[in-house]
Amino acid sequence: MRVFGIIVGALVMASGLWGCSEPAADEELVVYTSRNDHLIKPVFDAYTEATGVRIRYITDNASALTARLQAEGERSPADMLITVDAGNLWNAAEKGLLSPVESVVLKNNVPDALTDPKNQWYGLTVRARTLVYSKDRLQPSELSTYEDLADPKWKGRLCLRTSKKVYNQSLVATMIERLGEEKTEEIVRGWVANLATDVFSNDTALMEAIVAGQCDVGIVNTYYYGRMKRDNPQLPLGLFWANQESSGVHVNISGAGVTVNAPHPEKAKALLEWMTQPAAQQLLADRNLEYPVNASVKPPEEVRSWGEFKSDDLNVSVAGALQVEAVKLMDRAGYR
Amino acid sequence: MIRRGAFSFSGASVITLALLVVVPILVLLAAWRQQEWATWQHLMDTVLLRLIGNTVFLMMGVAIGVSLLGITLAWCVATLDFPGRRWLQWALLLPMAMPAYVLAFVLVDLLDYAGPIQTQMRSWWSAFPGFSARHPLWVVVTLSLVLYPYVYMLARLAFQAQGRAVLEQARILGDGPVRAFFKVALPMARPGIAAGLALALMETLADFGAVSVFNFDTFTTAIYKSWYGLFNLQAAAQLASLLLLFVLVALWLERRGRRRARFSELGGRQVVRVRPRFAWLISAFAFAVLFMAFLLPVCRLLYWVVGTGIDGLDSRFFSLIWRTFLLGAMAASLVLVLASWLAWVKRHQPSRAVSGSVQLATLGYALPGSVLAVGIMVSFSAVEARLDQWGLTVPLVGGLAALILAYVVRFLAVAFGPVENALQQVRPSLVEAARTLGATASEVGRRVYLPMMLPGLFTALLLVGIDVMKEMPATLLLRPFGWDTLAVRIYELTAEGEWQRAAAPSLTLVLLGLVPVIVLSRRR
Repeated sequence: MRVFGIIVGALVMASGLWGCSEPAADEELVVYTSRNDHLIKPVFDAYTEATGVRIRYITDNASALTARLQAEGERSPADMLITVDAGNLWNAAEKGLLSPVESVVLKNNVPDALTDPKNQWYGLTVRARTLVYSKDRLQPSELSTYEDLADPKWKGRLCLRTSKKVYNQSLVATMIERLGEEKTEEIVRGWVANLATDVFSNDTALMEAIVAGQCDVGIVNTYYYGRMKRDNPQLPLGLFWANQESSGVHVNISGAGVTVNAPHPEKAKALLEWMTQPAAQQLLADRNLEYPVNASVKPPEEVRSWGEFKSDDLNVSVAGALQVEAVKLMDRAGYR
Repeated sequence: MIRRGAFSFSGASVITLALLVVVPILVLLAAWRQQEWATWQHLMDTVLLRLIGNTVFLMMGVAIGVSLLGITLAWCVATLDFPGRRWLQWALLLPMAMPAYVLAFVLVDLLDYAGPIQTQMRSWWSAFPGFSARHPLWVVVTLSLVLYPYVYMLARLAFQAQGRAVLEQARILGDGPVRAFFKVALPMARPGIAAGLALALMETLADFGAVSVFNFDTFTTAIYKSWYGLFNLQAAAQLASLLLLFVLVALWLERRGRRRARFSELGGRQVVRVRPRFAWLISAFAFAVLFMAFLLPVCRLLYWVVGTGIDGLDSRFFSLIWRTFLLGAMAASLVLVLASWLAWVKRHQPSRAVSGSVQLATLGYALPGSVLAVGIMVSFSAVEARLDQWGLTVPLVGGLAALILAYVVRFLAVAFGPVENALQQVRPSLVEAARTLGATASEVGRRVYLPMMLPGLFTALLLVGIDVMKEMPATLLLRPFGWDTLAVRIYELTAEGEWQRAAAPSLTLVLLGLVPVIVLSRRR
C-alpha cells in the first residue's frame, strides 16, 4: 500500500504545481539562449545589477528554440534569442521570428560584417576557426590556407571534425561564396582524401590526436585551443592564421536578435545595446576566450598572445544563406 | 469485472490515453502535407543507403549484444549459485543508471588513439599498431553495455517465476541442462525477454547522443541533419515518421509471433550449485560486464571531478538534484498508474480497439527525443491558442504539466512492458479460485494481484524514474523557467565541448539513479 501512498502524494504535488509557470512580470525580460548557463548567467547578473531588470532564460539547442518560437507565435513570452553561429540567427530571421532593430549604439559597436544586412540580429562575440598544427612535426612556413590542406602533400596528415558540426558547415559555406561550388567541392574531396583517421566528434579530441601523433594538422575554433593550452602550458601545438594572403581567417559569431513578438521590445533593445558595450563585451569574451565584436575592447590577455590576424570580411549571414548548399556539398564529397 | 464488448468507460479511457500519445505523432505526420522532395532526393543520392545499412547493423548488433549479456546473466543469477551472486544480482542493474552518451564519451576518450591506454602501449612498444575506438563495433558494445539491463531485469523476473520444478520435469523427460534451457526455460521467458529487447532496440533506434560521440551515422542522425543542418524540420519529421512505421511493423510481427504463447507460472525458486571452477568463471564474467559498463566510467568521472574541482557546487547545484529527483518521482508514479490501467483494461476487455490503442500509446519511446518534444510542443501550443480564443489563458508550454505529459508520452512503453508481464503472472484461474473461496474484489486486489505484481510494478517505476532523470531533449525544450535538471546541465557543458566539467553533474546523475536501484534490490 505504501506504493500507492507515494503515488497519491506525487499526484497531489503534481497537480499543485500544475499552473506554476506564471507570466513574466513587468520588470523582467525573457531570453531564449543557446549560449549556455555558465557563459551567459554572469552577463545577465551584471545587467540586473546595473539596471534592476531581471532576466529569465531557457537554454537549449538553437534549432529547438527556433522551433519553439515558431510554435508559440504571437503568444511567445520570449523577448530575445541568443545563439551561437550566424547560420542559426539567419534561419530564425528567415522564418520571420526576429524583428529589425535600428540603433546608433549597435551600429557603432558592431562591425557591419557581423550584423544582419536587415538588422534583425547583431554579433556579440567573434569566434575564429583556423589551423592548428604539431610544433614537433611541422614548421608554420609549410602551412598557408584551408584550401592548401586538400593538397596531396597532406595525405594521411590531416584531422577534421565531423561535417555535422555547424562550424564546418559555415566554413564551407563561405568557401562556396568565395570560390564557387565546383572548386569548393574539389577542395572538400581533397580534405577527405587526406584524412589520417575518421573525423572527430569534437575539436578537443582532434587536437589530442595531433598531440598523440595520429595527424599533424587540423582545423579548430581558437577557444578550444585556448582551453587546452590553459590546462597544459607546454602544449606542443601551435595556431596558424589561415589565408592571410587571401580571404583571411574564417570567423563566425555568437549573436542575438529581438523576437518579432517580444512583449518588451524596447527593454530587449536596451539589453542588446548593453551587451555590445565594453563592460559586457569583456564578460562575454573572457568567459570563453572569444573575441569581442566591439573594437574598443581588447580580447583577454591569453587570446592576444596568439597574435593578430586578418579575418574574412564577408558578411557572416553568408554562413546561413549557403549552409544548406554546404551540407549537401559535404555529403556529396563523402565528408562525414 | 468490466463488461466485455459494449462501449465502456474503461475502453474509452484507454482510447483517450492513446490519443494523447498519438496527437504529437500526428502533428509530425502533418509534415507530409509539404513536399520536401529536394531534401529527400539529396539524402537518397548521398547518404541514405549507408545510413539504413548502419542502422540495421546497429540494431542487429545491439539485439545480439543485449540478448547475450541479459539472458546469460539473468539465467545464471536466477538458477545457479556462484560467488558474489547475492550482490551481483542487483549490481548488474547499475549500468542502467549510466547515460549511454556518458559511457560513449568515456570509452572513446580512454580507448582511442590519443587516449591514455594506447599512449601507454606506444610508450612501451613503439611499434604498437594502434586501433580506432570509433569503429562501429564499439558503438554496439557501448549500447549493449548500457541497455542489457532491460533484458536482464525482465528475463530474471521470468526465470525466477518459472522455478526449478519446470526444469526438473524437463530433465526427467530426458533433456540435458542446455537442452532444457533452450527448449523450456527460454521459450517460457520469451514474453519478458521480448519486452526487454523491444525497449533496448527502441532506445537504440532513437539514440542520438551516443552515436554522435562515435560519429556513427544512423537513421536518427539523418533526422537531425535535416533539422539542424538543412534547416528542414518538415523533412526531419517525415523521416521520423518512417522510423515509427518501422517500429510498428516490428512490434506487430513480434506480437503475432507470440499470440498463442501465454505463460504464467508457479513460484518456488531454488538455485542449483555448480562446480567451483565454473562458478568462479560466472562470477568473473558478471564482474567484467559490471566493470566495463559501470565501475570503469564511474572511476573515470570521479577522476575528472577531482581534476577539474567541483565548480558550481552551490545551492543551485542542489536545486538541480532536487528537481531532477522530483521530476523522476512524479513522472514515474503517473506513468505507472497509467500503464497499470492500460494493462488492466487490455486484460479484461481485449477488444480490437483497446489493443490497438494500447499499441499506439506505447509508440512514443521509439522516436528520437527532440523530434517527439517538438511534436508535443507544437500540439500543446495549438491547444493553448485554441483555449486562448475561448478566453481561457492556460500556460501549457513552459508549464510543469506539459513536461510531465511529455514524459508520459515518451515513457509509457517503458512501464507498460513490465506491468503487462506482471499482470500475466496472475493466472485467471488463481483469481477465480480466490473468488470462489469468497474473497471480495478488493481482497483479491490486495492479496492476489498486488503481492504477485509488486516486483513488476517496482521494476516499471524504477525504469521510468531513471529514464526520466536521464531524459534530455524534452526536458530542455519544455521545462518551466528555473526547472533545470542535471541532464540539462550536462547538455550545456557538453554542447561547449566541456566534457570534463560535465563529469560532476554526470556522476551525480548516476548516483541519483542508484537510489531507486538500491531501494529495489533491498525489497527482494
